[in-house]
Amino acid sequence: MTTTTLDTATTESLTITPPSLRRQVRTMVWRNLKHIRRMPEMLADVTIQPIMFVVLFAYVFGGSISTDSTSYREWLLPGIMAQTMTFSCAIVALGLTADLNKGIVDRFRSLPISRASVLIGRSVSSLIHSSIGVVVMAVTGLVIGWRIRGGVGEALLAFGLLLLFGFAMIWVGIVSGSLLKSPEAVQGVMFTVIFPVTFLANTFAPTEHMLPALRVIAEWNPISSLVQAMRTLWGNSPPAGPEAAWPLHHPVLMTVVWSVGITVVLAPLAVRAFNRRTTD
Amino acid sequence: MTLLASARPVRERFVGPAIEAEHLVKRFDDLTAVDDVSFTVPQGSVLGMLGPNGAGKTTTVRMMTTLSRPTSGTARVAGHDVLADPEAVRRSMGLTGQAATVDEFLTGRENIRLMGALYGLSRRAIAARADQLLERFTLTEAGDKVVKDYSGGMRRRLDLAVSLIAAPHVLFLDEPTTGLDPRSRSELWEVLRELVSDGTTLLLTTQYLEEADQLADRIVVIDHGRVIAEGTALELKDQSGKAALVVTVSHADQLEAARALLAAHVAEVHVDIAARQLTAPAEGLTDMTRIARVFDGSEIVLDDLGLKRPTLDDVFLHLTGRRAEPQADDIEEPR
Ligand SMILES: Nc1ncnc2c1ncn2[C@@H]1O[C@H](COP(=O)(O)OP(=O)(O)O)[C@@H](O)[C@H]1O
Ligand SMILES: [Mg+2]
Repeated sequence: MTTTTLDTATTESLTITPPSLRRQVRTMVWRNLKHIRRMPEMLADVTIQPIMFVVLFAYVFGGSISTDSTSYREWLLPGIMAQTMTFSCAIVALGLTADLNKGIVDRFRSLPISRASVLIGRSVSSLIHSSIGVVVMAVTGLVIGWRIRGGVGEALLAFGLLLLFGFAMIWVGIVSGSLLKSPEAVQGVMFTVIFPVTFLANTFAPTEHMLPALRVIAEWNPISSLVQAMRTLWGNSPPAGPEAAWPLHHPVLMTVVWSVGITVVLAPLAVRAFNRRTTD
Repeated sequence: MTLLASARPVRERFVGPAIEAEHLVKRFDDLTAVDDVSFTVPQGSVLGMLGPNGAGKTTTVRMMTTLSRPTSGTARVAGHDVLADPEAVRRSMGLTGQAATVDEFLTGRENIRLMGALYGLSRRAIAARADQLLERFTLTEAGDKVVKDYSGGMRRRLDLAVSLIAAPHVLFLDEPTTGLDPRSRSELWEVLRELVSDGTTLLLTTQYLEEADQLADRIVVIDHGRVIAEGTALELKDQSGKAALVVTVSHADQLEAARALLAAHVAEVHVDIAARQLTAPAEGLTDMTRIARVFDGSEIVLDDLGLKRPTLDDVFLHLTGRRAEPQADDIEEPR
């Protein structure tokens, strides 16, 4: 190895001053975004995959699904956005198990920083990750005929609800990431549990024609509230019919209730699961 | 002089030992992985924790570095209790875990920057320090390459460089050279010696007797979670028996005559016919010179005459009845 004298001029400035939580989180997010830049294919789940769904549903099944609104494609888009945002939990969980398995979390824990910064950093990055997807979806939507027909305030409220729901999904991700031992297990659970749940809703087809029992479940699915809220606020579909379940008549309120409810229930569990996983 | 740790920040000084383990115990369900381990490491010295796979080395290090909570007992690092003030412990030590835990999707430089920022160092200090560390660990060229493309040895070096970003007083290294080729290993030893000469206190675990012998001031031998011996390498070697005098005869037909001659001067002689070797217990150099004179005055032609001290391997065998060195297939490749 080469011989270098480490410069003593830096002595003063090497003083350890435990960084503020903001700097910690900013650093964690910087790292996670570097990952996305190094592996743009990581974004496939919020770009190529939803675009593929749009194409599949809009052009392959589109003709055989009848909606009350004039264009199925316009009706479909909020559904795809909600599905994409729901998958935030997978993004968080995958990132977390990978870091746990590779010992990176342990390395962070040996530093004079808050343990929470690992989780907050993950959450913020995953929201950024999903937001990139939302932008891609919106552009794709505009190309195939989706339009925002309501006011600016309502349009922004819809995007806000989408992010709020994404925030709730993060806790699902932290719980699963802490409980499951490998990225493969996370992928398995996400594919067999979360994926069907995004279909058992009003995302891709109207709930009216579902079997009565399924219809009740679908209409009480939090994802349906979010989708209905976005459709209503963006003017992509008329209000829910009289026979629809209660949440679909109050979709904005119910999206908030579901998001806050999921967060309140899961956040303490998530923190406990993460702490337990990282204690020994 | 080459002073790796010379950029040590002006930080609180402390009195007393750098590391103290006090009756550390760790139980996993019904397995006692660490069973009443105590030791002290004075400032500026190197403690080698020697033990085979599964002995409890990693678990002990994890307790001392605040990653794992002891079932009972405690430890102090740079005067700070791991249970009472884990935050202060984390500020005063660096840790390089058993598996290289660098981020493989960042470059070497970005890895250093990441840790520097998490230590709260200033941007300028990090940049300057990164250059020095990369150069010192011969990673300057690779510094802007993604770690995924690094070799095992390069990852290890980066891992260590990253731990040194804040110039910690106390450094914990868990099997720093496991899986490295001999050249990378001796290069790493070189850096570690340099760190120690600058006053860094080192605790390193190893399965390699030679590594403990080479680097450690004191050695703690650990097996099944218990400390089974402690001392300097020399003390441990003495514990396992005295030195032996080994005489190698040139011609097989003189072996019996040599045995008879030697037996007249020492208490006991062991004969190895195939190797034409005689072994006898000896006190030290005086015994050797005395016997050399005896053979000098005889007809017997010798190939070699020497004093053989026990190796640490003999020590381990003596203490546990097993060999300590890992078998080739035990050696994990660092990812
Ligand atoms: N988290 C854990 N849960 C259960 N057993 C563990 C855990 N960590 C280590 N062990 C067990 O504790 C013993 C000591 O392990 P370890 O400290 O890793 O040994 P070493 O580092 O000396 O190889 C082993 O038998 C190992 O299987
Ligand atoms: Mg180990």
